[in-house]
Amino acid sequence: MVNYNTQLDRTFAALVDPTRRAILAHLEREDGTSVSQLAKPFSIKLPAVMKHLDVLDHAGLITRSKVGRTVTVRLSPQPMRAALDWLRRYERFWSVSLDRLAAYAERKEAEARRTRR
Amino acid sequence: MTSLTLVRRIAARPSIVFDALTTPQGIACWWGPDDGPVLLAETDVRIGGRFRVRFRALDGIEHESSGEYREIVPPQRLVMSWRWENGEDPGESLVEIDLRAIAEGTELTFTHSRLQDEHTRLTHEEGWNGSLDKLERYLSQVADRRLS
Repeated sequence: MVNYNTQLDRTFAALVDPTRRAILAHLEREDGTSVSQLAKPFSIKLPAVMKHLDVLDHAGLITRSKVGRTVTVRLSPQPMRAALDWLRRYERFWSVSLDRLAAYAERKEAEARRTRR
Repeated sequence: MTSLTLVRRIAARPSIVFDALTTPQGIACWWGPDDGPVLLAETDVRIGGRFRVRFRALDGIEHESSGEYREIVPPQRLVMSWRWENGEDPGESLVEIDLRAIAEGTELTFTHSRLQDEHTRLTHEEGWNGSLDKLERYLSQVADRRLS
């Protein structure tokens, strides 16, 4: 359970940065991209990109494999799934609850208006 | 980060919405992910006071959550910690509810965030700068495509 929590926190922490989200979006369009191709669209230097990749790797969001001099980066969906499950689960719970809260409060408001008359 | 944000416009004045959020009678009428019954609702609405709510979902499974009131500004704002009792989603998270009076009644802004530790929370908020919605959109796009 501790691991699950730590993992989830790492995932969300990794997703905080816009460059990292852009890297993931790039991989989503084109999985299995080399690091140099991945770095191209960004106005930052390769070492900076490598640092972002380290964070994403550490969070389990990507995997890197090296063949010769080329490092290939791939998306790893499991942590993203866990993060989404977390959000979705609460969304289900609270969407329905808040709709019912609204209906309940509106009934109470109608009652309050009737008794005031 | 990690939050879920929901907004509702409610045709009731803020004080009525605030009571619905904080009284056991109110909570019993709306709390839960489906039409299953609320079995227990307790609130001790003061800073450091606790709430506890148990409900049974329609699948027959009972769930209980509890937490501590952190901020209470009737009828505008309510902040409480949140934890599930049976270890589903271990750890504490934070619920923040803001009520704003509008012409038709109340605009309720609800946020449930995972990172509750103050330091972590501030760090993440700085990083976020309001791009939360974008992330949620992004997350769901990516995951929908990858997982479906």
